[in-house]
Amino acid sequence: MKQSEGILQRLNRPWVLGLSGVLGVFVIWQFIAASGAVDDLFLPSPISVLSAGSEKAYSGLLFKDAMASIGRVLGGYALSMLVSLPLGIAMGTNRTINQLLEPLLGLIRYMPAPAFIPLLIIYFGLGELPKVLLIFIGTLFFNTLMIMDSVRFVPAELIEAARTLGGKGLPILTKVVAPFIAPQVIDAYRINMAAAWNLVIVAELVAANEGLGKRISLAQRFLKTDEIFAYLIVIGLIGLLIDLSFRVLLRRSCRWSI
Amino acid sequence: MNLSLTNVCKSFGRGSSAKLVLDNINFQVNSGEFVALVGSSGSGKSTVMRLIAGLDTPSSGSILMDGVPVKGPGPDRGMVFQRYSLYPWMTTADNVGFGMRLKGMAKPEVQERTNYFLNVVGLAYAADKLPKELSGGMQQRVAIARALAADPKVLLLDEPLGALDLQIRESMQEFLYQLWSRTGLTALLITHDLEEALLMAQRVHILASNPGRIVRTVEADLDRSNLSHLRVSPEFLSLREDLAQCLRGLSQELVTSS
Ligand SMILES: Nc1ncnc2c1ncn2[C@@H]1O[C@H](COP(=O)(O)OP(=O)(O)O)[C@@H](O)[C@H]1O
Ligand SMILES: [Mg+2]
Repeated sequence: MKQSEGILQRLNRPWVLGLSGVLGVFVIWQFIAASGAVDDLFLPSPISVLSAGSEKAYSGLLFKDAMASIGRVLGGYALSMLVSLPLGIAMGTNRTINQLLEPLLGLIRYMPAPAFIPLLIIYFGLGELPKVLLIFIGTLFFNTLMIMDSVRFVPAELIEAARTLGGKGLPILTKVVAPFIAPQVIDAYRINMAAAWNLVIVAELVAANEGLGKRISLAQRFLKTDEIFAYLIVIGLIGLLIDLSFRVLLRRSCRWSI
Repeated sequence: MNLSLTNVCKSFGRGSSAKLVLDNINFQVNSGEFVALVGSSGSGKSTVMRLIAGLDTPSSGSILMDGVPVKGPGPDRGMVFQRYSLYPWMTTADNVGFGMRLKGMAKPEVQERTNYFLNVVGLAYAADKLPKELSGGMQQRVAIARALAADPKVLLLDEPLGALDLQIRESMQEFLYQLWSRTGLTALLITHDLEEALLMAQRVHILASNPGRIVRTVEADLDRSNLSHLRVSPEFLSLREDLAQCLRGLSQELVTSS
């Protein structure tokens, strides 16, 4: 940062503005809650939400629940990333595979993933498997279609240049296509991670022994809105952290694209 | 080295919608020659190049490299594309070494040859830069170095200067001509710019459009010891005017016939 920079310019940085937006909402929230215009049950004050949250944090429950949810997301989403990459590349490079699968994926994509929960419970019971599978099928098609698109838009010149230099088949895939699509793949993973994170909460709301979603549905039963708010904020923060780590990965690994 | 095209025809599409793009193209390029093909845009110049490079196949006729029919792309025919075709994630040096790495050449040798060809195109100082950090002219010089480093028998230049500003174009014409006369390479240049072709090539073929066909061939025996003098010499100007008239006649014919 340059010394001569004025205070206005400093305030104009994106993250300063973003943070002000968040803080602003908290201030308004506190103001409304303190005014007594809304019942405490509907709108607990930020302070009571904070204390409810820190109570859960101290007891270790928050950490345990967060780890349970994160574990499910990581399992299901890792599987989704692993399968969508070769599938998307195959659909983007091979016409036959593409014509075979694209209409199918286009159709399944519009089936809401949460609607699969009853089926998954019937098939696999109430354990971890149906939750992991829900995240897998709920993100697989989006990841695959986005990766397929990125492969399709590899400039023909880049591939043809490699062919005139003596490249063919697999080396072109690994040395030209893969590096070119890498930033777009990371970004697709980042965007669809949000869906995975939503789905795990939905799955836990329906049936689970632990997890952030489970804790919300328990809090609802006892009308503990301050806990619901606390868990919502934690869910948002974890999502933001995951998003940020994908952004950092993109910046670190694909400096040429930014 | 001998590259020969005999009765090459190419049409795109099938049945009644088939469009003849190249009609009976005949010409040869021999070791050490600089040959140019001039035609307006859409006359089929890039198509000729793609056929020679093996990126596409002729509908009829034959293309022989040293008597052997061209079957697909190969490092014996290096190509420089009209649009920038450098790999955006690779440094200048990595781009230049790409063809050698594809061939599986040992690392020290790749490095040595890369340095050599970077010096040939005068870009040793930009070895570690990414393509996006280079100007258009520099990028095309890297593309030329990359093609040369794969040790081609003939260099195919498809409007390599087409996307450059006039100023840079002139210095790049100088550069290309010096490169050819210094290294004794064999080059086939495609351009819509008559002056560019006459400056560098000893033989110029004029390509008419719809369908693309060679209507005139000139041996341009000019004193090329100083290109900026050549540009304004009466001999050069009258030859250029003569051929320009031929090209104008062709476009006239196109307007009246459609
Ligand atoms: N793959 C293709 N399919 C159909 N038409 C094509 C294809 N490639 C080129 N053409 C047509 O062939 C003609 C010549 O194209 P091109 O060789 O690119 O011309 P130039 O390089 O001289 O501008 C154009 O009319 C173009 O539309
Ligand atoms: Mg062209």
